[in-house]
Amino acid sequence: MIEQRAVMTKPATQQPLLCVRDLKVAFPSESGRVDAVRGVSFDLHRGKTLGIVGESGSGKSVTSMAVMGLLPDYAAVTGSVTLGGENLLDLDDRRMSKVRGRRIGMIFQDPLSSLTPIFSIGSQIVEALQIHQDISSAAAWKRAVELLDLVGIPNPDRRAKGFPHEFSGGMRQRAVIAMAIANDPDLIIADEPTTALDVTVQAQILDVLRTAQRETGAAVIMITHDLGVVAGSADDVMVMYAGRAVERAGVDELFSRPRMPYTIGLMGAIPRLDDRDREALTPVQGTPPLLVDLPDACPFAARCPAVQDACREAEPDLLAIAGGGDVGGSEHSAACRRAAEIDDAAIGGEPIYPVPAERENRAAAVPREDRPKVLELSDVTKTFPLTKGGLLKRQVGTVFAVNGIDLDIREGETLGLVGESGCGKTTTLLEIMGLTPPERGAISVCGKDTAGLKREQDISAVRRDIQMVFQDPMGSLDPRMTVFDILAEPLRAVGERDRKTLSDKIADLMELVGLDPEHRDRFPAAFSGGQRQRIGIARALATKPRLLVLDEPVSALDVSVQAGVINLLNDLKAELGLSYLFVAHDLSVVCHISDRVAVMYLGRIVEIGDTDSVFDNPRHPYTKALLSAIPLPDPVAERTRERVLLKGDLPSPTDDRPGCRFVSRCPLHLTLSEPQQQKCRGVTPQLTGREDQDHLDACHFADLTASADN
Amino acid sequence: MAINMPGAGPDAAEAHPGKTGAPEPEKAGSGGKRLSPVKLYTRRFARNKAALGGLVLFALLVFFAVFGRFLTHWNYTEADFTALTVSPGVSGHLLGTNGAGNDVYAQLVHGLGRSMIIAVTVSLLTTAIAGLFGTTAAYFGGKVERAMLGFVHFLLILPSFLIIALVGTHYRGEWQVLVVVLTLFGWMLTARVIWSLATSLREREYVTAARFMGVSPMRTIVRHLLPNIGSLLIVTFTLGVASTVQAETALSFIGFGVKQPDVSLGSMLADGQSTLSTAPWLFYLPAALVVLLTVAMALIGDGLRDALDPTSQSGGRA
Repeated sequence: MIEQRAVMTKPATQQPLLCVRDLKVAFPSESGRVDAVRGVSFDLHRGKTLGIVGESGSGKSVTSMAVMGLLPDYAAVTGSVTLGGENLLDLDDRRMSKVRGRRIGMIFQDPLSSLTPIFSIGSQIVEALQIHQDISSAAAWKRAVELLDLVGIPNPDRRAKGFPHEFSGGMRQRAVIAMAIANDPDLIIADEPTTALDVTVQAQILDVLRTAQRETGAAVIMITHDLGVVAGSADDVMVMYAGRAVERAGVDELFSRPRMPYTIGLMGAIPRLDDRDREALTPVQGTPPLLVDLPDACPFAARCPAVQDACREAEPDLLAIAGGGDVGGSEHSAACRRAAEIDDAAIGGEPIYPVPAERENRAAAVPREDRPKVLELSDVTKTFPLTKGGLLKRQVGTVFAVNGIDLDIREGETLGLVGESGCGKTTTLLEIMGLTPPERGAISVCGKDTAGLKREQDISAVRRDIQMVFQDPMGSLDPRMTVFDILAEPLRAVGERDRKTLSDKIADLMELVGLDPEHRDRFPAAFSGGQRQRIGIARALATKPRLLVLDEPVSALDVSVQAGVINLLNDLKAELGLSYLFVAHDLSVVCHISDRVAVMYLGRIVEIGDTDSVFDNPRHPYTKALLSAIPLPDPVAERTRERVLLKGDLPSPTDDRPGCRFVSRCPLHLTLSEPQQQKCRGVTPQLTGREDQDHLDACHFADLTASADN
Repeated sequence: MAINMPGAGPDAAEAHPGKTGAPEPEKAGSGGKRLSPVKLYTRRFARNKAALGGLVLFALLVFFAVFGRFLTHWNYTEADFTALTVSPGVSGHLLGTNGAGNDVYAQLVHGLGRSMIIAVTVSLLTTAIAGLFGTTAAYFGGKVERAMLGFVHFLLILPSFLIIALVGTHYRGEWQVLVVVLTLFGWMLTARVIWSLATSLREREYVTAARFMGVSPMRTIVRHLLPNIGSLLIVTFTLGVASTVQAETALSFIGFGVKQPDVSLGSMLADGQSTLSTAPWLFYLPAALVVLLTVAMALIGDGLRDALDPTSQSGGRA
């Protein structure tokens, strides 16, 4: 069995396991030498977890790559990385290979690409074992099965023979964790281990990581952009900005008393489930600096609301703060000249980040029932044939990607559509945007049924009213077109040719979304992620639509930028009277922007209603599980709250048998009596309103949970 | 890997949203300005010394083909019956003459020019056809795609060399006909490669976005798909020049290509090989030019591929 190595001595009396001193990494680039990491130092003790938080480009991944020795040859690395008395930077690649996998275990972001598709999971773990240990194949296989069992893969001896494509994302990540801990490493580096996973699976994986750490007694470096993940899993937190650590403290201390304005900005920018009364989020203005020829000044000075002239004269060092940091044993240090003045996100009682005012929504004055419907879906179904065979394809089944969806959006309101990947959100969107009659049911946009759209002009007229904003701000803008051409495209498509009119309209659009019209001749690559998403929004607004369909519009953005885009969307809605169909997997974002929420599971809507009533009083067990799986950026709340951990993954929606589709994972189902369970399995629950007509759920026994919880 | 790869798009810290006033401090710095793509690619290309050498070589060859005839008073069709098969330097013939008394230097200049014109035109046409065909098939998908690909596969299994040879013989070696047949049978493989690349582009969100905005298919193909495989097209074009020179040379060598009185490098090679021992310059001089031309194009193509590929290591060292 796996060796149990508990932490016996107190960490403070031990020699640190990993000791990084003044680590610097530089890359070549066209505009000069990029200093990706500029002097990072930290100690990590056995059994402890260090969370490294930062936005993209802050150097957090590069730091971990440097520790693992995985940087490309052209990178210049200086400083020292000492693991148990040995400087890893002095080792050549061959000797480093002995350390990697043996003493350092790695977990990468994408579990699909970190497993080889042509070998079985078991043989890949066996390979990891046999490279570093002299162990017979039979023993290694036995150990591999044990490891898979440890990380919570059901039927491990059978599943070990499976191939990566037969595993779901969460299962693959479990297998990767099994591989990382195979040789009982001293240090596990997890680089965004849950970013590619759904929330309910993320909660499971974080649990598995904790188990793995407990079993191996290893130290963990957890790299993430998600403050919620850090709050729940780290002991110490290091916040990185522009290649340096700007704040470092114990997790409780950091979240309760952040001292560096950047950290405070990050926390203010996150939409939070537990704080829904806030009117608007507080974005951090601007973008991180380019790490080329940085002047000797605080790199955050250009974005900092509490900036002083002295901040621009010299770069502050990461210094310990007097009076702070006796919690958890590690001292609190921050790289800010004014750290001592900052208390409770305020200087002298004035909050550092003023909350922007929110505009009044005109449409909200009219009651919902009186406003016209801009989108109506009734019983919309979309199936895909499941085929088998190479030459002569035969249909072996049907995937019900979307299975009988009813929803409507009124003018001036936002409907948030949430669910895990694979639940049919995107298919629903594509069905709507395709403007063709669905397989079953009907879609009507602004009162026009898509089944009635036959002529080209009719379709074009409806296209004006409905536009889409995409998830990936880079992927949705053609990199070879200038901003002007990108914004002109929808206008040209509806027949606008006059260059003068185009030019005026585009200038207006750019101002509307907060971009400088002077930049119209630049390429998308010249803009930051948030600005690119603004271009995407401007493009969608070009034809003056009444309904915007937003497909995960902020999930690819950094937190500090995300808040700005969410605020922009809220402002635009108030100003232009737009309606949004907002698709997201992140419930905390949805709760901030939506008036109504629809929760989808396997092609069906399981709960729909007013945002407040759904979030305050979730009735469907799935909604409850989703809400409890979201990590809160608050270590105390995170540790104390009760979680509904879902077992397993989303099953495949291949058949249309009657019965509740959530049965296989439902925690409520297990508590029911036998006849009740039979009802769950045999009768498809319909969306039903209980005491109020606007909040519907599809669960036979939702009443039971409500009474059980309250 | 979340390393910010230095490359085509420096994430410039420009233009803070909502602020149009005073310039930001980092904007004034050297890192803030954006390189135009052309400038960027030129710089990356110039880092590759071999490619730069190839470019210089190609320029010299073009220069030679255009202005070389001013160095001699002989015309390539003119036969000097007083000097049959003379060695280089004898009786005013810079590089000697062939068995019919044609000045080899004049023929080389003309032959190089002819070969280059054929190669460049054919390569340009095949790349254009392949690009349009491949992206169109990829954009439409479904039945259209299957039909178009079937057509390509059908052409690929035709014995094209035989057909080219037969057609070439029928038209008695007119170079324009050669261009047409080489183009007609030369684009399929490239089209298939471009198709497979464009199928991944088809899934890109900006293509979906264009579709949802109601942009017409042809416009989407020309505005979105083609420019985004532009780098591939440029590389295909340069390497296509090299391979067409070889194909043309091969055809002319076995007698199906350019015919007398017109000359190309290939026809000169064919003539020269019969007198390899008695008059070696008749073979080795055109052979040297063919080698120089193909090597130059291959080096340029290689350099372009690296310069246009953001993941290559032409970013220098830190």
